[in-house]
Amino acid sequence: MISRAHKYLFALLLAVCVVMAVFLIRLRNRAQDRLQAQGTSAPQSIAEPAGSPPKTVTLFVPNDLDDSIITVQRTIPMPADENAQARVLLEALIAVFRSPDSTHPIQVEKGVDDVYFVAVPEGKGGSGPGGQMAVVDLNGALAAAQPSGIEPETLTLLSMMATLHANLPDVTEVHFLVDGQQRETLAGHADLTRTYLAAEADQRPSPAAPAGAGR
Amino acid sequence: MRWIEAPAVLGLLVGTGLAQTAQQPPGKGPLPQAPALPPIAAPAPMAPVEPPRFVVVLDAAHGGSDTGAKIGPGILEKDITLELAGRLRSVLKARGVDVVMTRQTDTDVSALDQAETANHAQAGACLVVHATATGSGVHLYTSSLGPTPRTAFLPWATAQSAYVTQSLKLESEIDSALVHTSIPVTMGRASVEPMDKLACPEVAVEMAPLVAGHVTTARPLTDVSYQKQVVDALAAALEQWRSDGRNP
Repeated sequence: MISRAHKYLFALLLAVCVVMAVFLIRLRNRAQDRLQAQGTSAPQSIAEPAGSPPKTVTLFVPNDLDDSIITVQRTIPMPADENAQARVLLEALIAVFRSPDSTHPIQVEKGVDDVYFVAVPEGKGGSGPGGQMAVVDLNGALAAAQPSGIEPETLTLLSMMATLHANLPDVTEVHFLVDGQQRETLAGHADLTRTYLAAEADQRPSPAAPAGAGR
Repeated sequence: MRWIEAPAVLGLLVGTGLAQTAQQPPGKGPLPQAPALPPIAAPAPMAPVEPPRFVVVLDAAHGGSDTGAKIGPGILEKDITLELAGRLRSVLKARGVDVVMTRQTDTDVSALDQAETANHAQAGACLVVHATATGSGVHLYTSSLGPTPRTAFLPWATAQSAYVTQSLKLESEIDSALVHTSIPVTMGRASVEPMDKLACPEVAVEMAPLVAGHVTTARPLTDVSYQKQVVDALAAALEQWRSDGRNP
């Protein structure tokens, strides 16, 4: 037998549940409306308008045989958006890797998913690098196609860093992800857990004596 | 943060008289002498001090489930590195050098274990042996860390920074030895595990096949005579390094 007090309590709790449910549904609807309003005001796509003006850029192309990196000039349409510029630069570099006479062959169609920029705080007295850190999100296909070894992996990273630094001088640091995730190595060797200083790429030697000639 | 005690501090004590003085019982030190006293007999010759042990650590990279690069059909980097390290160990032992290997079989060894083995050996030189199918000849790499002064305790993750200057000299020594063999050599800096954690002069030696050139003929990584040529050059360089007394 249920007492009258219990019946009242049950009815009260049921009423509170209904009120809470109505309140939460209204909150959810309001949040949804707010998000939709933000979505319409934000740019729909970062795709560049057709007909971006062409610009001469410098690509740093590695040579596996003598461990050197040479500069190559290319004139390519460059978008105005900085993130898109970085992506276009790296895809142009990967197109050179893909070419039949490549000195650093990597057979991959799409190498970079995206590039993000994060401000690097300056150290005390300007001792820190300042500028921007480029977070390069590599496509998993590039990591899979990357020849394994200290030399080939290091050259891939250095050429990307040098290309970014030369064309976007604000880039002082570079961090690499693969498919949006942090990974230990590129293909078993080069460390991807650390952030690289873009200036490290400037310490590369110029082309040495012809292969096989020793030094 | 993890720290490692720098072996060089012990080495410095052995090299100076400090260690002997510290071992003398109190009251046995040199006393002031009055001029009229007869000369004191010369002290008995001390027992010869044994030169510090010269140890080389060989890290055959990869192993077990970590196969490393695929060099060719059925040929894995982990097998080539173990083979090369084994050959080098034999040659070094024949020359009277103590060798410590981070692995002697096809087993998984973590970067932390590799560094622990190397750092406890208090080595005069550490070689991290790699192999790749890309490029030509031998690639030498040192850590990309910047040099820092050596202190009694070094941070584990960047212990190599205190040895970078010596590592560059060791790299130069190996380069000189390889040049005599007409094998193409390239040198650079790289960030590869466990290099930054090693507290010793270290060089990563990555062997690639020989591509036909002006003075070289094409030779695969598995060519025993090519491997022997590289191993002999490395052993000669390490022996020179020992005789130069540059090891800590």
